Amino acid sequence: MFDGPEPIYVQIAQMIRAQVLAGELKEEEQVMSTTQFATTFRINPATAQKAFAGLVEEGVLYKRRGLGMFVAPKARERLLDDHRNRYFEEVLAPALQEADVLGISTDEVVAYVLGAVGRRKHTTEES
Amino acid sequence: MTITAPFGARLDDVVVRFDRGRRLLPDGTLVKDEAGTGLDGATLTIRPGTITGVLGRNGAGKTTMLSLLAAFSRPTSGTVVVGPEGEQEDPWENPWITSGTQLVRESGDLLNDEKVATSLKYYADMRSSWSAETAERLLDLFEVDARKKPTALSRGKRSAVGATIGLATRAPLTIFDEVYLGMDAPTRYAFYDELLADYAEHPRTILLSSHLVEEVERLFEDVVVIDRGRVLLAEPADEMRSRGFSLTGTKDAVERVAGGRRALHRQQLGATVQVTLEGALDDAELAEAREAGVEVGAVPVQDLFVRLTDPRSVSS
Repeated sequence: MFDGPEPIYVQIAQMIRAQVLAGELKEEEQVMSTTQFATTFRINPATAQKAFAGLVEEGVLYKRRGLGMFVAPKARERLLDDHRNRYFEEVLAPALQEADVLGISTDEVVAYVLGAVGRRKHTTEES
Repeated sequence: MTITAPFGARLDDVVVRFDRGRRLLPDGTLVKDEAGTGLDGATLTIRPGTITGVLGRNGAGKTTMLSLLAAFSRPTSGTVVVGPEGEQEDPWENPWITSGTQLVRESGDLLNDEKVATSLKYYADMRSSWSAETAERLLDLFEVDARKKPTALSRGKRSAVGATIGLATRAPLTIFDEVYLGMDAPTRYAFYDELLADYAEHPRTILLSSHLVEEVERLFEDVVVIDRGRVLLAEPADEMRSRGFSLTGTKDAVERVAGGRRALHRQQLGATVQVTLEGALDDAELAEAREAGVEVGAVPVQDLFVRLTDPRSVSS
């Protein structure tokens, strides 16, 4: 847990964002307290607090005085928007660059995308 | 119960020299101490309210420094101040400061001829912030029979009593000097969990010296590394971790991403190379690493500590 190259508080924030995106943490749901977080993952409470403070600033979490931290309304929507905006730049652009290096033509990529879209449509219709 | 703000501390150019001398141990043996230097110009600030890790190799000066903070000894030269922010004073023969400082040494500091319960009562009477409930719960958790004398307990159980005293005291400055010695792994982890939980509920300053760096590094907000009587670094643990990173991948790709950086450590397994490097990668370099299929990893505090205090490495 939390073995990546980024500071631990950044990794904690990433984990909570991922849980909100995946719907594991629902809007208005209470998240673990700093103390619970610190003892569960055996980390310094200040590290957990730093992660939570960042998420409050981003609007992913909000604080209810005396009660604790909760997932903000529309947090998932906001994160989805944010990730969608970065998808092209951070995920697709490097993939296309790689295709260039490998000599895969734009037509081939487009054909694959259209095929993949077709397949995805099918599976979502079936399920 | 009195509520006292967490204590911070400052050392300014502190030197501690030991004279040659003789000491009589409680068991009657006479030891000769060679003259030596414990600290050699140590300058350091401990931030109030943090859990600070004190790391150093054997004989680096950790215990000497911690003893100064607890006023168990005085510096040969330089100044030591301890206390809440803005009200720090020399701790030597200063009841106001020492009543807020608890040093737990590896011996546990117990009354050897009395039951453990008697030692605990002694601490309870001395410390206004003592939590009898915590002490009782921890002894239960660590499975220590308080009716026994310390000499009838194993090393690990004596350490557990020390840990109990340190936590139950709730002193504004609590110092654990290698308190884990002899504890088995489940007991150590139980101690870490209790320390975090109690610290979160009762904020105070906790100094923890340990050789088991991997086990405790995540407990630390700040880290102090002492080497040969000097303070090598004192900074937030996150900053220490960002002093280096590792790259894993094929030799050529790793070399390319590494650029001209100095490798602290290099390991090769077939075509795969892992190097530990100083510094950090910028965003462009991270993207380059990702493209080249090179995995970027964190360097554990443990590894940085080993590199930083390696006598073969040229000190800067």
